[in-house]
Amino acid sequence: MKRTIVKSVETRYYEEREALFRGLKNLDRRSFLKLSAAAAAAALARGVEFNLHSFQPVQVAHAATGEAGPVEFTFAYISDSHLYKRQLNDRFVRQLLRAVDDINHLAPQPDFVLYGGDLAQLGQPLELELGAQILKNLKAPVKMMVGEHDWFLDMGEKWRTLFGEPTYSFDHKGVHFVVLHSVMEDDFWSERGMTGMERMQTVAGLDNGIQSRFKVGTEQQVWLKNNLAAYSDDTPLIVFSHSPLYKYYRPWNFWTDDAEEVQALLQRFKQVVVVHGHTHQILTHRIGNIHFHGMLSTAWPWPYAPEGLPALTVQMNRADPFNPNDALGDGSVGVKAGGLVDKLYNLWNRNPIQVTSAYLTSGGKSAVPLTPNLQSY
Amino acid sequence: MRTFKLLLGATLTLVSLMWSPGRAEQSGGDYPAAAKQDPGTDDAAMAQWKRRGQEPDWMAEELAKHKVLIPADNKGLVGKGQGSTYGSVTPEDVKVWQQETYKLAVEGSRIFHSGDRLKSTIAVSCDMCHPDGANTHPETYPKFQAQLGRVALLRDAINWCIENPVRGKKLAPDSPEMRALETYIYAQRTGTPLQYGKR
Repeated sequence: MKRTIVKSVETRYYEEREALFRGLKNLDRRSFLKLSAAAAAAALARGVEFNLHSFQPVQVAHAATGEAGPVEFTFAYISDSHLYKRQLNDRFVRQLLRAVDDINHLAPQPDFVLYGGDLAQLGQPLELELGAQILKNLKAPVKMMVGEHDWFLDMGEKWRTLFGEPTYSFDHKGVHFVVLHSVMEDDFWSERGMTGMERMQTVAGLDNGIQSRFKVGTEQQVWLKNNLAAYSDDTPLIVFSHSPLYKYYRPWNFWTDDAEEVQALLQRFKQVVVVHGHTHQILTHRIGNIHFHGMLSTAWPWPYAPEGLPALTVQMNRADPFNPNDALGDGSVGVKAGGLVDKLYNLWNRNPIQVTSAYLTSGGKSAVPLTPNLQSY
Repeated sequence: MRTFKLLLGATLTLVSLMWSPGRAEQSGGDYPAAAKQDPGTDDAAMAQWKRRGQEPDWMAEELAKHKVLIPADNKGLVGKGQGSTYGSVTPEDVKVWQQETYKLAVEGSRIFHSGDRLKSTIAVSCDMCHPDGANTHPETYPKFQAQLGRVALLRDAINWCIENPVRGKKLAPDSPEMRALETYIYAQRTGTPLQYGKR
């Protein structure tokens, strides 16, 4: 009987990798893209543990095949690290360090790194300072966003001294970026006579019903309106908010109470992307011209809510509790001309998942990400 | 033999009857007497009892924060049946059953939401990954847990989580904490069909 040699996954991976680099030596740009796309597709199809981040040709190749033209630039993200002080909880610290490592190993480097909020768990000075210190290790510049866990101990006092005002905007390569503080809450603490820490602990409990619902608030809405006034409708616009700028599930504050008002201010732009944290999961949504993407956490995963999940969201497999870093990670966003984006979820210990602009513009008909076999329930 | 048992029972009853007045006089003798003299003492005693109790309204406090689903009310059973003792259900019965069951679930919610009660060494509690008890799927246990290499009960999964993500000490399967946690987790899945073995 003839015996076939079974090659291990690793062997096959390294063979493909070697073939790729051999081929690279005498190639023009066009065939380079073709080749790397083929190699990536082959590797992904076989379910090889394979990090898109560490294997840059894939992203370039994707840009070449995407409908909306090439990726003009990328930015990376880290979000929801929920740090306690180092002596109390080393795990969350190590996980943030892992994300920083990931981003620092990207080649080429992203233009900047968005930190998506909830750097601290209870907004304490030691937690925020520790976070600031760790984020200083990033090679690329960091854009900070505030989360409710950073805010409600001292209503942002410490956070502001470290990182400045939470609401701001900047322009980068023709794209207008806006960073919002979307986790304001109506006063629930005064009448209860709560201390700052009690207020913080109440907000820190996702299912704690005493707290109010998140909102952007009128003051910031006015600011936003004035800020956007100078820009024409065809300026690509990317908005960062900690909570999703739509209504997903109220009991867990996967929610912004005045989301419709904020959306109304964004609606006139031809292409808007909102990138948000807080939900610790892959989330995809589209309302008119506004595309919404969630971010992964580095601390712990949230299950999908029992109702209200946006129809375009392809869920990620539920987390394996036996795998400490499962369903966590970081990621990056490839921005194309015109403002469309490809969103990469770099899941640790799993294959990465990319949600492309083609998937969103086709209303979920093409470029559909792989569906999970174990949903959260 | 039967006569002996009856005799023994009667003697024990007699002894306990004779014993109890003495006990009342010894331990709480002043309480009924005081109540007779001053009709307001009942309220005062209750207030004192409430002050002494660490958290007299602990259920209300917990329920203001966290939603816990209410157990079946069984009201439909009251006053019906075929006249047997077991089948005769009073409104008081129904109330006690529901209240006692609910109490255990609410206590479970308190533990579930507290890193301190779980004795976590890294300030992690169950609700961080399981808000409202979501994604705990108690209706799928017992099931083969590949990572443990054997069939796991819900309490095995709870203990795994307490030892690992929570980094605490695992609970005795019959400890009050484990009983309360199990109750809360089941309570939150009220209405979900049982499907043991489901991944």
